[in-house]
Amino acid sequence: MSSRSVLYDVPGPRAKKRNVLLTVLFLIALAALVWWVVQSLADKNQLEWVKWRPFFTDSRAWSTYLLPGLENTLIAASLAMVIALPLGALFGIARLSEHWWVRSTAGIVVEFFRAIPVLILMLFANAAYSEFTDISPDSRPLYAVVTGLVLYNASVLAEIVRAGILSLPSGQSDAAKAIGMRKSQVMRHVLLPQSVTAMLPAIVSQLVVIVKDTALGGALLGFSELLASVRPMSANYGANTIASFTVVAVVFVVLNFALTSFASWLESRLRRGKRSTGAVVGADAVDQLATPGERVSHDDLGGAGGTSST
Amino acid sequence: MFDFLKGYDLLAAFWVTVQLTFYSAVGSLIWGTVLAAMRVSPVPLMRGFGTAYVNVVRNIPLTVVIVFTSLGLFQTLGVTLGAADFTTINFRLAVLGLTAYTSSFVCEALRSGINTVPVGQTEAARAIGLNFPQVLRLIVLPQAFRSVVGPLASVLIALTKNTTVAAAIGVAEAAALMRVMIENEAQLILISAIFAFGFICLTLPTGLFLGWVSKKVSVRR
Repeated sequence: MSSRSVLYDVPGPRAKKRNVLLTVLFLIALAALVWWVVQSLADKNQLEWVKWRPFFTDSRAWSTYLLPGLENTLIAASLAMVIALPLGALFGIARLSEHWWVRSTAGIVVEFFRAIPVLILMLFANAAYSEFTDISPDSRPLYAVVTGLVLYNASVLAEIVRAGILSLPSGQSDAAKAIGMRKSQVMRHVLLPQSVTAMLPAIVSQLVVIVKDTALGGALLGFSELLASVRPMSANYGANTIASFTVVAVVFVVLNFALTSFASWLESRLRRGKRSTGAVVGADAVDQLATPGERVSHDDLGGAGGTSST
Repeated sequence: MFDFLKGYDLLAAFWVTVQLTFYSAVGSLIWGTVLAAMRVSPVPLMRGFGTAYVNVVRNIPLTVVIVFTSLGLFQTLGVTLGAADFTTINFRLAVLGLTAYTSSFVCEALRSGINTVPVGQTEAARAIGLNFPQVLRLIVLPQAFRSVVGPLASVLIALTKNTTVAAAIGVAEAAALMRVMIENEAQLILISAIFAFGFICLTLPTGLFLGWVSKKVSVRR
């Protein structure tokens, strides 16, 4: 571990003894916590096998509630991503335009949607669809969730695209201009193709944010996604609220953990790569890029500056 | 034009948003610091616990956490956090959920701050004979705190926006009021614009100010 060497030496005999003592104390505290949780669950009869059994022995719990919910979550998330990506690319490139009015308009739009909670956007979209369009009430939650997610995430993706293009060494566009390419050609043939690889990790970890935000639709707009399956399940399987929540949370954790791991695998692969410029918009940059008013500069991109891949 | 605003207390709703943000920010700063200390501690078990907590909580949607505090903790297990009436109970549960969720991001921000300190700094500090608390207090933490302002500001702003999720368990903050107003009034565009403006007023100055601070205190290397 790298953090290990920053903070302390390899432990000697005294430090080893102290570490063992700390381990034992922490283990006791942890055991006390676990015991307390188990006790309070058992007090309310939440640990009975009857309440957990449906998820292990009965496939109907999965086929009736969980899998359709997961399917809706994935549909909403992937629709949002597919629509938001080109929009984000458009605004990200517009923010780098040489014309001030294109740059500032795109900037205002992006900053506006980055500063507003995604729930506000979803509520607005939901009401707007019911007032101005004749989308059936059944499919309206999906439309509202996707619209809210697209508006918010397109603006975050715009920042990712901008950071991706900025992360490339300036020699790339210099060389392209030197051989006589036009502005649009530089963007299409040189900058965009390289920045797409550079920002892949950031895009994948933005997908995690999108998946998590679909749950808002389940709680507040009546969108029947994974979280919304908790209520019918606990009604049908004898008030097994804790068991239902645990299963839903585990599904979310497994899905998002897989995506996060994929993002960091991509990132380390890109950083090691010899064929590219070594420019990367890291998965961790996403939190920063989602912040209104925050301007990501060239050297904030975590290693992107050191592009001397020899 | 603004007649429809009568009968709605916008400021009170946004005040609840600010209160949610404040208490959760303080709570998650404390718990997040404890978690970060565990993640860099020499004890493998503590490191394991910190890593597991962060990886699990970060990957659960905040909405699931918040709804769980109400449906699971309160309605099923009877946790009331020492409050008597529903308004206070829901508020405290929301703060608990927001704190549990946000502290994992605080932990990661702090940890990455510690990781930005070059190894040479601590090697030099150990070479002149400073012990572990001294290295931490005099060399590592002052540099880590400076580089952590920017990431923590992002977490704070994300938290401000995330407080809207508390509407899911009936806390009367801004998004909950917006829902009620959209239902009862015909001025959809105007209502949305007002709430959007309210959140821009909360998030944008914070972002600009803390961005300026982080540039100001950052360590030039």
